[in-house]
Amino acid sequence: MHLLDAIRLAFQTLRVQKLKSFFTLVGVTIGVMFLIAVVSIVEGMGSYMENDFVAKLIGTNTFQLRRFPSISDASESEWREWVRRPRITFDDAKEVAAALPPGAMWSVESSDNIAIESRFSRPRELEASAVDGDYFRIRNMEVAQGRLISPQELALGSRVVVIGQEIATRFFPRLNPIGRTLKVGGTSYEVIGVAAKQGSIFGISLDRFVIAPASSPLQRIVNPHGLIDGMKVKMPTTEGMFDTRETVRQVMRARHKLRPSQPDNFVMETSESALEFWKKIEGNLVIAGVILPAIALIVGALVIMNIMLVAVSERTREIGIRKAIGAKYRDILAQFLVEATTLSIIGAAIGVALGIILSQAIAALSPLPASVAPWSIITGILVGAGVGVVAGVYPASRAARLDPIVALRAE
Amino acid sequence: MMPGITDVPSAGEPGLSTTAERKIVTASAGEAPGKDWVIVARGLTREYDMGGEIVRALRGVDIAIRRNEYVAIMGPSGSGKSTLMNLIGCLDTPTAGEYWLNGMLVSDMNDDELARIRNREIGFVFQTFNLLPRASALHNVELPLVYGGVPGAERRKRAEEALDSVGLSDRKLHRPNELSGGQRQRVAIARALVNRPSILLADEPTGNLDSTTSAEIMNVFEQLAESGQTVIMVTHEAEIAAHAKRVVVLRDGMVESDDRREKFAARISG
Repeated sequence: MHLLDAIRLAFQTLRVQKLKSFFTLVGVTIGVMFLIAVVSIVEGMGSYMENDFVAKLIGTNTFQLRRFPSISDASESEWREWVRRPRITFDDAKEVAAALPPGAMWSVESSDNIAIESRFSRPRELEASAVDGDYFRIRNMEVAQGRLISPQELALGSRVVVIGQEIATRFFPRLNPIGRTLKVGGTSYEVIGVAAKQGSIFGISLDRFVIAPASSPLQRIVNPHGLIDGMKVKMPTTEGMFDTRETVRQVMRARHKLRPSQPDNFVMETSESALEFWKKIEGNLVIAGVILPAIALIVGALVIMNIMLVAVSERTREIGIRKAIGAKYRDILAQFLVEATTLSIIGAAIGVALGIILSQAIAALSPLPASVAPWSIITGILVGAGVGVVAGVYPASRAARLDPIVALRAE
Repeated sequence: MMPGITDVPSAGEPGLSTTAERKIVTASAGEAPGKDWVIVARGLTREYDMGGEIVRALRGVDIAIRRNEYVAIMGPSGSGKSTLMNLIGCLDTPTAGEYWLNGMLVSDMNDDELARIRNREIGFVFQTFNLLPRASALHNVELPLVYGGVPGAERRKRAEEALDSVGLSDRKLHRPNELSGGQRQRVAIARALVNRPSILLADEPTGNLDSTTSAEIMNVFEQLAESGQTVIMVTHEAEIAAHAKRVVVLRDGMVESDDRREKFAARISG
């Protein structure tokens, strides 16, 4: 018997027993649905992390010199070591900047939550950053209104700020903020620019910031004593990255007076190293996301096996007839295997569709991004087929082993 | 002489109707019969183990059937006729003895080989029709061709021809439950014939039919036999058996008599 005949036969049976088939499918459908949804969300977060999050946080061909990693799952003891590390200072940054090859850009940044107020709104604690160097170029930040802080203003420590869109609407509702005064930590600054919309990550707005020159009074509030949160270095291409990092490392090791045997007491994060942390979580999420659907799939397989066993005993006579007129062991085996597999593939296909809908719904209703990976659809269908085969083998072989004489006598 | 032959008890009655049949059956074991013989059974024995107790359903049956014969196998219940039908139909294999079907030694075959033989050599007609309830008449008739590996288009053509030949051209797409008993049995006959089998093997073919329909079906068998189809019919009704040209009577797992129809008729009436 041809496979095509077996498949046609399976569809015939399914058509006749719609309700029973539907219940048979539910387990597999639910399993595959959650498999697709979980994988989609994890994939979505993954591509989000790679393309958006880390790029926004650190940027391509860029590394960040910090006291310790910005994202990590450090242990207690690691933390204790990190907080003992010396902080990065303006003087460190100056020396590092001097050692950079031509074409490299750098910036320093210190941020903290500071009370901000204007004549048009009540004060509020929001993030303010004191920056220097090529900050705006490294962040690729442009203005929607006004202008950016000029190098002269950075050097002079002028009391000017560039603000995010949300700050603009909050503190200057329905007003043009350019040229108006914003009080940051008690000092008045002139708003010279409103940055273009930055979007959000995981539902957290990136448009809530105030940027002032590092030499302005803000610096003393966010990070006193010539300290900085971190320094960014951006290379024009990937090629110089390694050498430049080495150069910076040597400068920093010399400034921290490290002996050759001592490890670095600072980090140079790239987008890749920040991603490593994500990869670690992603692995765990995928495992958790696979175990739960797997349980549903096992239940689904048991349901299918049970239904197929019932089908075999209900259709004993049919099997007897088929054997009497020449069906071989493998014909009957194939018939029931294909039937079980067709059932579970249909279940899986419905699961894939529902899984896509579910992940789109999650993406729409929550900050979690979701992108359905083509491989997860294929995997879902294959898993469905696998469940069908596994669940079908035992009932099918029972059917195929039936003695035609006994089977023909069955009612 | 094989011991099975001397065991035939029916006092004075020869177990086999002609000397030629006697000769082919008593030929040495393992000797393939000639082309004329569609069925040769030598000392066919079938025992069942019923929870430790051995039940001997057949105790050395010798039968030889020529091509184109129309034979009825008769006997009361418990005579072993169902067991013999299962053996002739290749649904079962004997505990001892030889069974040659169309020159092939079937008694040594495994399940899959038997399935192939059933598909190609035997057309079954059952008392309860045994049609697939959810399939159309046409699909039921196609089924042996499906298992015979006949490609779809030819399958359909041959199935339609078979249905035409039993006069059901206008019922092809009906399901069994939309057909009368006689029509169902005709579908079953079409299915049995579609693979051009060596033997048409009917098991109480009129058992579930009223007398008018029975006559119709017996008429179909007669026409088939006349057209050269070998027909073997298992029945417990003497009236039905009397339609055949030759009647084999079983009793207690052995051949009690094997006669031409005329002799059989004379004996049962006398």
